[in-house]
Parts: sequence; structure tokens; C-alpha cells
Amino acid sequence: MNLPVILWAFLIGGALCAVAQLVMDVFKLNAGHVMVGFVVLGAVLSGLGLYQGLVSFAGAGATVPLTGFGHTLVQGMLEDMATRGWIGVFTGGLKAASAGLTAAILFGYIAAIIFTPHG
Amino acid sequence: MATEKAKKQYQTLVKQHTPPRPIVRNVVAAFVVGGLISVLGQLIFGGLTRLGFASKDAYGYTGAVLIGLSALATGFGVYDSLAKFAGMGANLPITGFANSIVSPAIEFKREGYVMGVGAKMFTIAGPVIVYGLASAAVMALLRWLLGGVGR
Repeated sequence: MNLPVILWAFLIGGALCAVAQLVMDVFKLNAGHVMVGFVVLGAVLSGLGLYQGLVSFAGAGATVPLTGFGHTLVQGMLEDMATRGWIGVFTGGLKAASAGLTAAILFGYIAAIIFTPHG
Repeated sequence: MATEKAKKQYQTLVKQHTPPRPIVRNVVAAFVVGGLISVLGQLIFGGLTRLGFASKDAYGYTGAVLIGLSALATGFGVYDSLAKFAGMGANLPITGFANSIVSPAIEFKREGYVMGVGAKMFTIAGPVIVYGLASAAVMALLRWLLGGVGR
């Protein structure tokens, strides 16, 4: 189907979250377990070469859910491995994910200073 | 003291009176909210590429912008309400990952800035990073061994 990317982003991003919710409710898991499962799923699909295709037609619908985090880690490693060899496994993953991780930790710390706990 | 039989009776009673999870409602809410957060990401991505960022970088920066927005929404207590309403629709996007860091950071301030804020931030993010890196390393090494990486 030749839909605009933004519609695909809605459909794929929504579908990933819907599947996550279904898995959580059916197997009575907590959010942390499902989030971990989806990061691993993203890494596996990315390693098999299946995730990049999803990114190219669904854009943020594929990169915003946590499967996209697993994909980012794998692609970062592969990219560094292509230029430096096996050591790329150690150097590539967090490098590719650095903007998100650093933002989350810094903003989390700043928020802790500024805000007070709710109820 | 409760006998085994009484315990069992109590457990069946609890089971009978626990409402079943409203799965259809939960899945629909997760779909809509998760889809909308992805659309927001797509809009930010579009804005960033228009500003001249390469699309490969723009996805990473989109994540950072969403994380900043989520930190604000979490600080004002809005994101936790959204998560209560939409479940994985709010938890699975990168904004939910940010919420899982920011929310305990604020919550555990009372336990101090080192073992409270510093440690509790990673209650969920820690496992996500550990299993993400471990599975990514396995997949990347497999690709390397099977000759799928340009050398």
C-alpha cells in the first residue's frame, strides 16, 4: 500500500504497542518484562536484517518503540565492525544509542532536582 | 491458624472476585496512544530533516527530543496518568523508557541523590540496557561469523 509514512508510523507504532499490551495481559507480565522482551526482539529482527525494512517505510513507527532501541544497538555494532573488526561489538552499540541514553539520564537527574514526587 | 483447606478456599474466592483484565480495551488504548506517540516522533523527525539533519542522525535526535518531552510530562505527573490509561501504548515508546528513568528519579529523591535518584533511575532501564546490549552483541557476532559484515 502506498500510504504516507506518517500513516504507516501510526499503524506500525500502534501495532507494536498493541502486541506488547496483548502479551502483557495474556501472560500476566509486568511492564518491565515486556519492555526487555521487545528490546531483545528488536535486536534479533535487526540482526536477521528484517528491521531496517520496517524503518524505511514506517519511520518513527519503527524507531520510537523499544524494538528500535535494540535495532540501534545492533546497527551501531555492525557499523563499527565493518571498519574496525570484532572490537566494534564493544564500541558501536552505546555509541549509536548515546543521544537517547544521555538525554534520558541527564533529563532524569534534572527532573529529580526540579520536581517533587506526586502522591 | 489458617488450615490448608481454608487457604485454598480463600484463594478461589479471591480468583472469583478479581475482575478479569479488560484485554480488548487495553489493546485498543495501547494501539491508539502508541500510534500517536509514533506520529509525534515522525513529525519531529520531519522537522529535524527540514532543518538539515541527515535522516540517519535525525532518528537519534528525535528520540532525544521525545525523551525531553517525556521528562517534562513525567515531572508534571501527566505521563504516569497516560501510562495508567494506555499501558504499553505509553510504556513501549522511547518516551516510556524515559518515564521509567525519570519517574523513580523523582520518586526516590527522598532516599538521597546517590542511592535514591542515582540508583533507582535504572530499576527498569538497567534490565533494558543489559538485555539489549547482550542480545545485540550476540546478533552482531553471529552476523560477523557468518560473513554478513563487510570486511
